[in-house]
Amino acid sequence: MEQFVRVTGIAAPLLRINIDTDQIIPGSEIMRSVDESYERWGSGLFAHWRYIEDRKSNPDFILNRPPFDRAQILLADRNFGCGSSREPAPKALRGFGFRAVLAPSFGGIFYNNCFRNGLLPVELPIGNVLGISEEVEADPAGRLVTVDLEGEFVESPRGSRFGFRTPKLLRRMMLEGLDEIELTLNQTPEISAFRQRDRRRRPWAYPPISQTSQGSVTLEGSRWNNS
Amino acid sequence: MAKGRTFFEKVWDDHVIADLGENTFLLQIDRLFLHEMSGSVAMRQLEASGRRPASPSQVFTVIDHVIDSAPGRGPSDSHLPAGTEMIKAARRGSHEYGFTFFDVGDRRQGIVHVVSPELAIALPGLTLVCGDSHTCTVGGVGALAWGIGSTEGEHVLATQTLAQVKPKTMRINFNGKLPPNVYAKDMILHLIGEIGANGGIGYAVEFAGEAIRDLPVEGRLTICNMAIEFSAKYGFVPPDDVTIDFLKDREFAPKGAAWDEAEAYWRTLPSDLDAVFDREVDIDCSRIRPQVTWGTSPQQVVSIDGRIPDPSGIEDPGTRKLVESALQYVQLTPGSPIKGVRIDTAYIGSCTNARLSDLRIAAAILKGRKVATGIEAICVPGSTSVRAQAEAEGLDTIFREAGFEWHESGCAMCGHMGNDRLLDRRVISTTNRNFEGRQGPRTRTHLASPATVAASALMGVIADVSTIEKG
Repeated sequence: MEQFVRVTGIAAPLLRINIDTDQIIPGSEIMRSVDESYERWGSGLFAHWRYIEDRKSNPDFILNRPPFDRAQILLADRNFGCGSSREPAPKALRGFGFRAVLAPSFGGIFYNNCFRNGLLPVELPIGNVLGISEEVEADPAGRLVTVDLEGEFVESPRGSRFGFRTPKLLRRMMLEGLDEIELTLNQTPEISAFRQRDRRRRPWAYPPISQTSQGSVTLEGSRWNNS
Repeated sequence: MAKGRTFFEKVWDDHVIADLGENTFLLQIDRLFLHEMSGSVAMRQLEASGRRPASPSQVFTVIDHVIDSAPGRGPSDSHLPAGTEMIKAARRGSHEYGFTFFDVGDRRQGIVHVVSPELAIALPGLTLVCGDSHTCTVGGVGALAWGIGSTEGEHVLATQTLAQVKPKTMRINFNGKLPPNVYAKDMILHLIGEIGANGGIGYAVEFAGEAIRDLPVEGRLTICNMAIEFSAKYGFVPPDDVTIDFLKDREFAPKGAAWDEAEAYWRTLPSDLDAVFDREVDIDCSRIRPQVTWGTSPQQVVSIDGRIPDPSGIEDPGTRKLVESALQYVQLTPGSPIKGVRIDTAYIGSCTNARLSDLRIAAAILKGRKVATGIEAICVPGSTSVRAQAEAEGLDTIFREAGFEWHESGCAMCGHMGNDRLLDRRVISTTNRNFEGRQGPRTRTHLASPATVAASALMGVIADVSTIEKG
């Protein structure tokens, strides 16, 4: 997991309710290639809004205008990242250069995906997000916004502080840049013990090893197949 | 005295391997379903890390998202080269790791959420995850199922577990009986219209009430499919006789004594009478009419005899802006009726509404009739097996004679994955999302039930199915 402790940067307001992951990264962008680099995903961010014909930059879109083209913090409205589970959405935000999104609420799958891509989703009441947006718009190139995961607070350009909470485990993994799988594998004894107990309790829940390939699944194991 | 538990709490508790603190738990995952789009990424990431799958027998793979649905497609045909690469990567990985794999050409191939209950891979009380947000669909058979990202998918591959924050619980009571011509799709669209596209954030949602009990499993799958459209990751109907009858003898269902043992366990799962939910919502089903979306979110929905809203009457500035931008995108006039809006395409497909019962309902309306002149009409069955059963019943002939294209199974044009056919068209669709650009650049999607889509195909405009006599 990419480490994140605190970021101080330009914040870009994109205050629209229910921005879905299809807008953050359209399906056509996913299908451009199988390259998984952040650079590639970053170029597809908000493609329908960011580009006009022939991938020319849309001058009306906020992220195409200085200083917001260098923004690291996105200010958004309710239910940001709803819809598809596509992980390219946080990858695209990260690829553009974003490190944090501040919104009143997030789509649940998107929220989880953010942490795995070095992008911090911060839940803040809409009043706070609007307040920060007003300060930013009054002086876009002026003082910056700080998002501090260690202290769990956001500081607005004029110095107002707003606290937030993040799930303990994800916070720790992000602060320390830990590998989530490695961390879970450290619990292998607990996992094995659980599975041993569980197999006795719910034997029917465990499928036997099956053959792949077309139309020829063979089921093994007496509990599974017959009485 | 111990407090009663909800279905969700029982299933969750039975899967907790470790309490990781602050409401986060490491859970046993009973089934991981992969598809070629996000699944190939999860497999590639696993390979790059040098790890192997922890429990291949609990992993299933299908090709559905980017495979071409055109009749006579080849095994790796996609609209773009990247799609073909994804298909080949999923195929290669599934064979290498020994996952149970439903390839193109296999009768069990189809849309992942159609296939998993059809084959009883999804079972009551199992945890099932997939890199697709509509995984909640299979809550319709009483599984605890939810969509995940590809990195979470890699974690499940490597450990057969997943750490999750425990959500709150909500029960939605669909009370009373449904009027004629009103279906599961209308129930769920109506609900999302009532509580909003963000109403379910942070909740696991149980669907209950007389109208849910009366629904066959296929209708319950449709309801649960769209739980994610009001941003609940989890939606489910606890198992009952209807569920158990549906699953018995299906290919991956336990057999014999194992079935009896499983059934006995499933009977203990429904929420206790004294269980307490964090939120309850009551819906009076007798008042639901056929629903059609007018905007770019499933919450932007009206009854078939309703009107497109006028933003000037909306006080909340955020909501007003949302309505204004949706109207601009869909090119509709505020205050005008939804009925009679001219369409270009009628589309029947997707994990929401492409099961056999959906095709039967549409065919009953289309039988002996023709789609209106100039209307493009497409039917994509939800699985190869649904397609075969429909053909055995002669439904394909009805669709074809009415002027529908009859496709191979897949996710097809539910989302825009490189197929530009619906570009800039107005589509009435049985799918689940009417987001901007969802079905193609500038495509304007109106979500509705298979009955409403079939009726609209015949009329060439958004139409009330009750005005059409069924065959």
